[in-house]
Amino acid sequence: MSGFLAVLVIVLIFIVIFQIAKASEYVSILKGEKKARQQSNRINGFLLIAFLVLGLIGVYYCNNLLKGKILGESASVQGEGVDTLIYVTLAITGVVFVGTQILLFWFAFKYQEKEGRKAFYFPHNNRLEVIWTVIPAIALTVLVAFGLKHWFQLTSDAPKDAAVVEITGKQFNWLIRYPGKDGALGRRDFKKIDEAASNPLGMDWDDQLGKDDFMATEVHLVVGKPVKFVIGSRDVIHDVGLPQFRMKMDAVPGIPTTLWFTPKFTTKQMKEKTGNPDFTYEISCDQMCGSGHYSMRGVIVVETQAEYDAWVAKQPLQYSLAHPAPAEAPKADSTQKTVAANIGKP
Amino acid sequence: MSNEATLHSQQEVMHGAHDHHDHEHHHEDNFISKYVFSLDHKMIAKQFLITGIVWAIIGAFFSVVFRLQLGFPDATFPWLESILGHWAKGGRITPEAYYALVTMHGTILVFFVLTAGLSGTFSNLLIPLQVGARDMASPFMNCLSYWFFFLASLVMMASLFVQTGPASGGWTMYPPLSALGDASIGSKIGVDLWLISMALFVVSQLLGGLNYISTLLNMRTKGMSMTKMPLTIWSFFFTAVLGVLSFPVLLSGFILLLMDRHAGTSFYLSDIFIAGKALANEGGSAILYQHLFWFLGHPEVYIIILPAMGMVSEVLAVSSRKPIFGYLAMIGSLFAICILAFLVWAHHMFVTGLNPFLGAFFVLLTLLIAVPSAIKVFNWLTTIWKGNIRFTPASLFSIGFVSTFISGGLTGIWLGNSSIDIHLHDTYFVIAHFHIVMGVSAFFGMFAGIYHWFPKMYGRFMNNTIGYIHFWVTLIGAYLIFWPMHYEGMAGMPRRYFDYSSWTSFNQFGGLNQFISIVVILVFATQLLFVFNFFYSIFKGRKLTEQNPWKATSLEWTTPINPGHGNWPGEIPEVHRWAYDYSKDGRDFIPQTEPIGPNESAH
Ligand code: HEM
Ligand SMILES: [Cu+2]
Ligand SMILES: [Cu+2]
Repeated sequence: MSGFLAVLVIVLIFIVIFQIAKASEYVSILKGEKKARQQSNRINGFLLIAFLVLGLIGVYYCNNLLKGKILGESASVQGEGVDTLIYVTLAITGVVFVGTQILLFWFAFKYQEKEGRKAFYFPHNNRLEVIWTVIPAIALTVLVAFGLKHWFQLTSDAPKDAAVVEITGKQFNWLIRYPGKDGALGRRDFKKIDEAASNPLGMDWDDQLGKDDFMATEVHLVVGKPVKFVIGSRDVIHDVGLPQFRMKMDAVPGIPTTLWFTPKFTTKQMKEKTGNPDFTYEISCDQMCGSGHYSMRGVIVVETQAEYDAWVAKQPLQYSLAHPAPAEAPKADSTQKTVAANIGKP
Repeated sequence: MSNEATLHSQQEVMHGAHDHHDHEHHHEDNFISKYVFSLDHKMIAKQFLITGIVWAIIGAFFSVVFRLQLGFPDATFPWLESILGHWAKGGRITPEAYYALVTMHGTILVFFVLTAGLSGTFSNLLIPLQVGARDMASPFMNCLSYWFFFLASLVMMASLFVQTGPASGGWTMYPPLSALGDASIGSKIGVDLWLISMALFVVSQLLGGLNYISTLLNMRTKGMSMTKMPLTIWSFFFTAVLGVLSFPVLLSGFILLLMDRHAGTSFYLSDIFIAGKALANEGGSAILYQHLFWFLGHPEVYIIILPAMGMVSEVLAVSSRKPIFGYLAMIGSLFAICILAFLVWAHHMFVTGLNPFLGAFFVLLTLLIAVPSAIKVFNWLTTIWKGNIRFTPASLFSIGFVSTFISGGLTGIWLGNSSIDIHLHDTYFVIAHFHIVMGVSAFFGMFAGIYHWFPKMYGRFMNNTIGYIHFWVTLIGAYLIFWPMHYEGMAGMPRRYFDYSSWTSFNQFGGLNQFISIVVILVFATQLLFVFNFFYSIFKGRKLTEQNPWKATSLEWTTPINPGHGNWPGEIPEVHRWAYDYSKDGRDFIPQTEPIGPNESAH
């Protein structure tokens, strides 16, 4: 019923607008084309300048309203560079934005048709054209230079002592695997995947490196310690999106990818910083992956080394879950902490 | 240029012959050959336009439906169930339906409306009229081009009604999602129909594009050297070149996808475990598809925007009563954009695991493309500077175009810088960027074109008052809708999400999403007003009483008010000057057909 009413109201509004429009057409014929044109010119000229002023106020207002809702400070060391670059770019593009919009609407208003005004025949001017080719080119070169400096830092190899976490996307959740004490992920083969046998990643149990690997439902990270994510997918393309850390990387079946960063704040600190008791570091899937894409949520907990160690101690090894029989836990060479060289793929 | 002369004289002969033909028997009265399988470029233009309008209504309506979901995730709309059936059980659309709508919205608007509807309409209408030709180089191919588009439309439309629904993997149709029926219900027959439709569409684009290029290269009237052509024609030229060179690559990508789906090949597939079993495919690369797709995909965005740029340049010059500023620089920047458009595609792929070193080149080239864009903006600004501007709906939309092109182009500079793109990729920031710079701007260019050349198409005017209302609501609405989305994107809010309520990082925007959705509905209603104005004016609009209502210099206004097939009843006029002699030597405008006077100043 209310839907019907709404449609009725819209139709009525349409009819009213249409009648007014038709009437004004007749009026303008009566008034003479020239007069009508002058009048509509004045109105639209005024509206253009009003749009400029109100629009700029609106931009300011919108910023005030929403700036508190976007991410605060970057939660990773690497993300600080991204933020700086955003501010530099914002400054440059912001000035250009305000300047050109003002010129556009101001010119339109100022040079609206007036009786007796003659347009200025001005087909080209080489000096001007060179100026506005060179200046943008210089500004962009600066941005490219800054940008690439950060880009190469962000995509550089992870430090040798970085922790390693493997994240594998599947429809529609994340499989998280830790390399265990040896620091190396065991080999995997997608043909060995067997959910029923507690082997959702297809781990190759013949590989000794895999025997101390464990899987978790959340990613736990140590604050201040670099971590490298080894990212993959079991089915379609997903994407590990880490908005608070300013990081993102696709999860592509068959092609492992990596990213690394250093978390700056624990989850607890972030709750205080943001004043939001529900604050959670989330992994959002940022690549369309099917009907559950929007629900492909992962959770990251950043904590102190002690909390982390306590958590690790509680995690059951995947090997033992997959071999529930008397299977003895493998004897891990716990004294030696090898660096993650094996990224988990043959 | 001696062979140009011979070319022209040959043409003269051809046209002469055509003339007789025209005068002797008017066999065009037949309904089928006049309105359906017409060979007249003007009729084909109208066919493209009206088909485009129909698609635009459908595509925009889809966005209203999914915006309802985003704005009011907890509400139910029983009427949705009555039109969508089990796709909207209980009045709330399912995620599957949401993704199908989003995918179809993107496909329809990018390809069917802003590619076929925009350049199909105006290239067809304006190329022969503005270069002084009786019709396209091959009117038959032109007719085929439309009918291939029509077939593509039928197939796409049919895919909306199949049991498992249309394709739903996003307009970019990335495999493996789009390759595996087990991965998504929309990847069953929906994707096959999508691929077939798009293949037909590519054929249509190639037939059209080759025709545009050959017409404007070979069939210009006497005196119409390349540098005397209006900028509209230059932009259609580069648009067609982009399309002809990049659509075949897209087609090859689609064929490989089709083979992966049905012939057991592994171009894009490797190491996949789905629906409880491991697939045999090994060695393929899902990223390969993205390269093939974006090799078209990026040029495609310029295929959409260049015609709009051309028309806006023309309309701004005419309504400011001033020559376009920096004509050669405008052509040069179109050319630069055209070349660079082929060299930046991987900026859509910065986070796919692309080699960072390679990525660096794409950053450089991407930001480089902002230079010709900036040149164009400054030239438009200078064009209206010290003009004597008449605010017709067409000129208002052109001014709006410049405004939105600036706003959206600047955010391209953010995204082109790969370090920033890491954070913003696949968020609402990208949605804001490309809707403003492409969606809104291209629509503005198209509206400018429609309002400006409607009198040429139908011999009548559209209603001005509705035109003004249309402009103001659309301009304000577009900014209200897309501007705040930048903030959502800065917060990392991902695109293509059905529901954000379970996310602590993104659920702070509930109120904003609601606001945006309401504005969407208002703007949509206003577009219907435009559609009404369009069709009403075809039959009832104020009649044109003079040949050249805008006092423009270009050739299309030297044709009769309702030109027949062949455009000029007598000889095709000869051209003596460029198309931008406005306010020169104290004269309001000097038509292109007027010989250079003895005392005329050089420009
Ligand atoms: C100033 C020049 C421009 C630059 C530097 C630029 C840069 C970019 C970049 C880097 C992206 C990828 C963002 C991402 O997915 O993370 C992008 C997306 C996009 N741009 Fe632009 N852009 C520019 C102008 C344009 C223009 C003129 C158009 C269209 C007329 C356009 C249409 C698009 C579209 C459609 C997408 C998104 C496609 C999708 O993912 O669905 N851009 N742009
Ligand atoms: Cu996903
Ligand atoms: Cu692009």
